[in-house]
Amino acid sequence: MSIDESTAARVAKLARIKVEPEALPALAGEFNTILGFIEQLNEVNVDGVEPMTSVTPQVLKRRADVVADGDQQAKVLANAPDAREGFFAVPKVVE
Amino acid sequence: MADLNTLTLAQARDALRKGETTAQELTQSCLTAIEGAAALNAFVHHTPERALEAAAAADARLAKGDAPAMCGLPIGIKDLFCTKGVPSQAGSRILEGFLPQYESTVSQNLLDSGAVMLGKLNMDEFAMGSSNETSVYGDAVNPWRRKDDSAALTPGGSSGGSAAAVAADLCLAATGTDTGGSIRQPAAFTGTVGIKPTYGRCSRWGIVAFASSLDQAGPMTKTVRDAAIMLGAMAGHDPKDSTSADLPVPDFEAALTGDIRGKKIGIPKEYRMEGMPAEIEKLWADGVAMLKDAGAQIVDISLPHTKYALPAYYVIAPAEASSNLARYDGVRYGHRAALDQGDGITEMYEKTRAEGFGPEVQRRVMVGTYVLSAGFYDAYYNRARRVRTLIKKDFEDVFADGVDAILTPATPSSAFALGQMKDADPVAMYLNDVFTVTVNLAGLPGVAVPAGLDANGLPLGLQLIGRPWAEADLLSTAYALEQAAGFVAKPDKWW
Amino acid sequence: MLDLTYDTPKPRVIAGAKYDWELVIGMEVHAQVSSNAKLFSAASTKFGAEPNANVSFVDAAMPGMLPTINEYCVEQAVRTGLGLKADINLHSAFDRKNYFYPDLPQGYQISQLYHPIVGEGEVLVEMGDGTARLVRVERIHLEQDAGKSIHDMDPNMSFVDLNRTGVALMEIVSRPDIRGPEEAAAYLGKLRQILRYLGTCDGNMQSGSMRADVNVSICRPGDYEKYQATQDFSHLGTRCEIKNMNSMRFIQAAIEVEAKRQIAIVEAGGAVQQETRLYDPDRNETRSMRSKEEAHDYRYFPDPDLLPLVIEQAWVDHIGATLPELPDAKKARFLNDFGLTDYDASVLTADLDSAGYFEAVAQGRDGKMAANWVINELFGRLKKDESTITQSPVSPGQLGQIIDLIASDAISGKIAKDVFEISYTTGRDPAEIVETEGMKQVTDTGAIEAAVNDIIAANPDQVAKARENPKLAGWFVGQVMKATGGKANPKAVNQIVAAKLKP
Repeated sequence: MSIDESTAARVAKLARIKVEPEALPALAGEFNTILGFIEQLNEVNVDGVEPMTSVTPQVLKRRADVVADGDQQAKVLANAPDAREGFFAVPKVVE
Repeated sequence: MADLNTLTLAQARDALRKGETTAQELTQSCLTAIEGAAALNAFVHHTPERALEAAAAADARLAKGDAPAMCGLPIGIKDLFCTKGVPSQAGSRILEGFLPQYESTVSQNLLDSGAVMLGKLNMDEFAMGSSNETSVYGDAVNPWRRKDDSAALTPGGSSGGSAAAVAADLCLAATGTDTGGSIRQPAAFTGTVGIKPTYGRCSRWGIVAFASSLDQAGPMTKTVRDAAIMLGAMAGHDPKDSTSADLPVPDFEAALTGDIRGKKIGIPKEYRMEGMPAEIEKLWADGVAMLKDAGAQIVDISLPHTKYALPAYYVIAPAEASSNLARYDGVRYGHRAALDQGDGITEMYEKTRAEGFGPEVQRRVMVGTYVLSAGFYDAYYNRARRVRTLIKKDFEDVFADGVDAILTPATPSSAFALGQMKDADPVAMYLNDVFTVTVNLAGLPGVAVPAGLDANGLPLGLQLIGRPWAEADLLSTAYALEQAAGFVAKPDKWW
Repeated sequence: MLDLTYDTPKPRVIAGAKYDWELVIGMEVHAQVSSNAKLFSAASTKFGAEPNANVSFVDAAMPGMLPTINEYCVEQAVRTGLGLKADINLHSAFDRKNYFYPDLPQGYQISQLYHPIVGEGEVLVEMGDGTARLVRVERIHLEQDAGKSIHDMDPNMSFVDLNRTGVALMEIVSRPDIRGPEEAAAYLGKLRQILRYLGTCDGNMQSGSMRADVNVSICRPGDYEKYQATQDFSHLGTRCEIKNMNSMRFIQAAIEVEAKRQIAIVEAGGAVQQETRLYDPDRNETRSMRSKEEAHDYRYFPDPDLLPLVIEQAWVDHIGATLPELPDAKKARFLNDFGLTDYDASVLTADLDSAGYFEAVAQGRDGKMAANWVINELFGRLKKDESTITQSPVSPGQLGQIIDLIASDAISGKIAKDVFEISYTTGRDPAEIVETEGMKQVTDTGAIEAAVNDIIAANPDQVAKARENPKLAGWFVGQVMKATGGKANPKAVNQIVAAKLKP
């Protein structure tokens, strides 16, 4: 599997990381090195092997339906780069 | 009494209880050491006032005879732990200015047991790295140097600041986290002890996530006894973390008998890597001999899928990271890029994340994005999860055969020079984790113990891997190894 | 239980310029679980709070925050599954659906793609004309709701409120078994009815507790049957998904207009693009949501912060044992036990409160009469007040009294309506009203005879006319009723008048 620049650009877009066009060839090269390393996994016979779902034998605990959190608008907004009138503000989203 | 900052946790605890010193004196001694150690760049956020306040409170508790396990003991906290009201950036620009409104469960447990937090410790950005060179704060520097060589060495990573601080006696102990070797490799590079507990032993709540199925917090200390004391204070079930194990925490320190007579220690042949330095080979053989001398039974074992652990890790960890790091979007906290006229939400995301994440984090987020993307999920991610199942089964098989612990080298080399790997491809750096990463994939406990010096006078560590939830037993074996190795070297103070 | 049997409705056919076309519709209904706290955090689900007030650090995806699952939400999903006669999966798991959006703080939605908690079930959708469609449910999974972005508060900025973020939703996914706009609306209505019976979702579409994504495609007559025989989707047309509909009326309109759009494309030789579309009710058209389309690759993978969800069969059995009687069973019983018409049974089982009220009234009384009073008098009166059955000032016991008073000939049907109105406006007991107001029917034939005699004596001309034309006897009856204040038993009055007027 070889990653070309357009794939690298697509992945960067999907990951929402701006990559300048001139940086794409190097990025694609690094991807290829890493993926080349990962390709070793193809040597393993995994027939009939279940993908690991959880490394611990515990089962999911369930909590009671009790309201015990929230009501802390100021704390929720305390670190916001831009908060207005109780909301997080972001550049206009066009639907 | 020696300089107070050079004490172990156990020594300091006993001195405090006997009234030979005070928590405030201990803390002040560490604060002074920290002030003089800027060259190590280990502490990146300092909280001296808070520390002295906590020390005073600890002294009051000690005076009343109410002294929990860590009472009055000054420690450093890795920057990955969210600490209430104290900057917590995970070594990243993207969390610049972030002040958590909450305290991570592990650091809260430590505070509850009386520990004194001195400040936050340097680390690789988002714990992604093996040399502490990806940090937004700059490199942390190993207090150890090669004989007759002033080149700055890496303390390892990602918990590089923690390792450097403990090795340089800036604090008595520190927290670390370990996703692929981030506690054990830096411990080995700095002549300190580091244990990654069984997955689920320490709560992950409030620790900035790298790869959720692999991340575990653990102590980084000067001795095995200290690791036992501190792990006991950190561990425990946390209902806020669904993956936290609802199991009692044993008294790890009480279990340190060092009596390993009759214990079965496995030596996995697959860890004898091609091109392994002779010094590492010798260290390992020495370790085998020490355990044998202490009465353990040595058996050759096979962990056939070892070779595939690192490639599986470099699918699973980036995949989880790509999703875990999606929340750093400039909306609710941390860095937000300055925008140009006409920039919309997408530009905000893309610029914020390009500015906020360093190159290694960007690379891993994008690799993770790729391996999860349509058409590749089965070929990469599911295959890696299947291989992970096989790796775990390798361990289960040898444990089923009666093996109590497994002895391996902790790292393929001693500490290397900062900048040395700058031009290497990313995979060369990843190979640092070759002996440690299997343990994370299998969710097992693993401890690095300093066991000798190389020809350059740099510390080398051995790793012991234990059965799940058998940290007490594992630490006792580590204690026996520590006693036998008699590692007492300290770095010459140059900083 | 008595099974309801229906004919299958005909699929809706739309005539294009060249051919006839049939509709194929599948729906994904998002139903908000009625719970106090959110699915993975302990913040409140209450609607209408201050912005970002019902938000935990988990909901805001602060660094290091982790999800823990709300047991009640799991229980409600199981209950819903059992109510739809579906398979319950004792092992299920949560996956992350990754995409960036300001009201999705984690950058992913926790959902269940690979192993949903509920498998195949079914919904019987009656069309009210004696036909019904059995719509298969493919699966139900639990997932988190997103927050809310507000775009109209500032010209340059969008504002984000995370109060909804993390509220538990059940996504109920149907097979493409729905064959027309009316069926789609009826399916949603039936689903809503069942969920409300179960108490798992309040079904409030206006506040967004229930919303639907509607998948629409078209095919030529005969193709759907080929699909049914083979389950091969290639027999069906390319589908478009109309997102986020929360009105039955708009759903019907949107399907109609979307089908016509697709027909026009195909008949002009084009191909329908599979995509997500939005319905604009003002312009009655659907339009492409390109923003959602762009590079949508959700990179689902199992959420490593959560362990597999393993539930116990005993717990499922316990939930099953506490299920209420569901609409189909209740309706069948009403038809059977009370001899109601299909229409009346449908009206009375529309919701639990109506059904419960009716049953209380009908207990030990004539079912049809009870249905008549509940539907025509009580519902009619409540509707006039824009009130609901739970607010009825007349209790079932009081309405029952009225029916009893009629049955015992104590009052006439006409007087009963007056009694009902008094009871409705004052809350007084009908028996007491009849007594106190002297509204009791006069059945004493002597008294009635005397009244008839008086009227006959006073109106000789009328008597003569009536003797020639017996139909005019009604005038005498009216006069007698007037003279007795309407209390005379009409049957007795009729008989006596007829006898007296005999030549």
